[in-house]
Amino acid sequence: MYTQGLDALGKDCLRDEAQDGAALESRFQSRVDAEEKIEAKDWMPEAYRRTLIRQISQHAHSEVVGMLPEGNWITRAPSLLRKAILIAKVQDEGGHGAYLYSAAETLGVSRDQLVDQLLKGKAKYSSIFNYPTPTWADVGAIGWLVDGAAIMNQIPLCRCSYGPYARAMVRICKEESFHQRQGYEIMMRLARGTESQRAMAQAALDRWWWPSLMMFGPSDSESKHSAQSMRWKIKRFSNDELRQKFIDTTVPQADYLGLKVPDPELRWDDNAGHYRFGPIDWNEFEQVLQGHGPCNRERLEARRRAHDEGLWVREAAAAWAAKREAAGRTRAA
Amino acid sequence: MTESSKEWPLYEIFIRAKSGLDHKHVGSLHATDASMALEHARDLYTRRQEGVSIWAVRSTDIVASDPADADAFFEPARDKVYRHPTFYDIPDEVKTL
Repeated sequence: MYTQGLDALGKDCLRDEAQDGAALESRFQSRVDAEEKIEAKDWMPEAYRRTLIRQISQHAHSEVVGMLPEGNWITRAPSLLRKAILIAKVQDEGGHGAYLYSAAETLGVSRDQLVDQLLKGKAKYSSIFNYPTPTWADVGAIGWLVDGAAIMNQIPLCRCSYGPYARAMVRICKEESFHQRQGYEIMMRLARGTESQRAMAQAALDRWWWPSLMMFGPSDSESKHSAQSMRWKIKRFSNDELRQKFIDTTVPQADYLGLKVPDPELRWDDNAGHYRFGPIDWNEFEQVLQGHGPCNRERLEARRRAHDEGLWVREAAAAWAAKREAAGRTRAA
Repeated sequence: MTESSKEWPLYEIFIRAKSGLDHKHVGSLHATDASMALEHARDLYTRRQEGVSIWAVRSTDIVASDPADADAFFEPARDKVYRHPTFYDIPDEVKTL
């Protein structure tokens, strides 16, 4: 159930105060260990709830802000078909945001609260969307690399212990594959095109490669929340494992395009069966996260402007609904 | 924000994937009224022809059992294994039973 309207019925928390908290917690953990899904009205530790609210809302914000870098190219897409595809993709991202806000709402926060946190700059979203999209090739690189990295992250989330989040992720993952393939196809076209088109594709790969690797988050040793999230089965693989998996699948795709991954230390390690790669500039990651990326301010301003400019629409819709409801009451009387 | 006081109501959305199948819960969304709930549900949950029919129900109109009471609530069915066909031993030579 996705509803918070059932709060009035969920009295178990109150009742449980009399019981031993530790016993509840150990029963919760054994349910999680047994791969049972936790549903909205089930007892859960407060920290589990808070962790999920933080993660799901950040994820939702990322989808919504993620519409902006690509939306930048809708009016300038190179053909009508590319334009239609890009609109569909950006619409999907908005949809993903909506699924995720719904999932977060089952945990007892409202969407308006979450949106408010984003607009006030109090909430985080994926740092990747603070990079600009100066050329059409960036749209291709985002689909291929950014959505590709997102898929790596999101597939394990389909098995997350929290039911509403896992179900939202199943829906999202089904749609992400289109995003990645359309991006790769853009890159393919450019890579097979003229000299300057190939250069454009290479420049986009150069821009998006490292930020895409940063999407998996800090190294396991640095990651604040990892261990607990693994115990709770919110997370299934470590940041470093997923990053390695992404590199191993993506490098051959770059090779196929005839493009060069911008990492002088990148090499195949036959013994390990993995690519070895150079150090990631975590200072850059921190800077972008702290709000000092190339587009942080622009992104939030665009969200605020959209929210403000939509105010009259929301007000008109509410007024219309109220008027209809009043008319209904009069007829019934 | 003055808006938060008048948050749009939440609707639960159920979709029939094709005729012959049940409507299935797919998620929820906010809308000012029923017709907006249907239109938003179409845009949100059927962008790839996932449905031929949509139900939208105000979340507050759903009556639900309490998970905390599940043990007691569903207990009456637990020891009635004789309700299942596999409870009965029938010899193999008896066919179509």
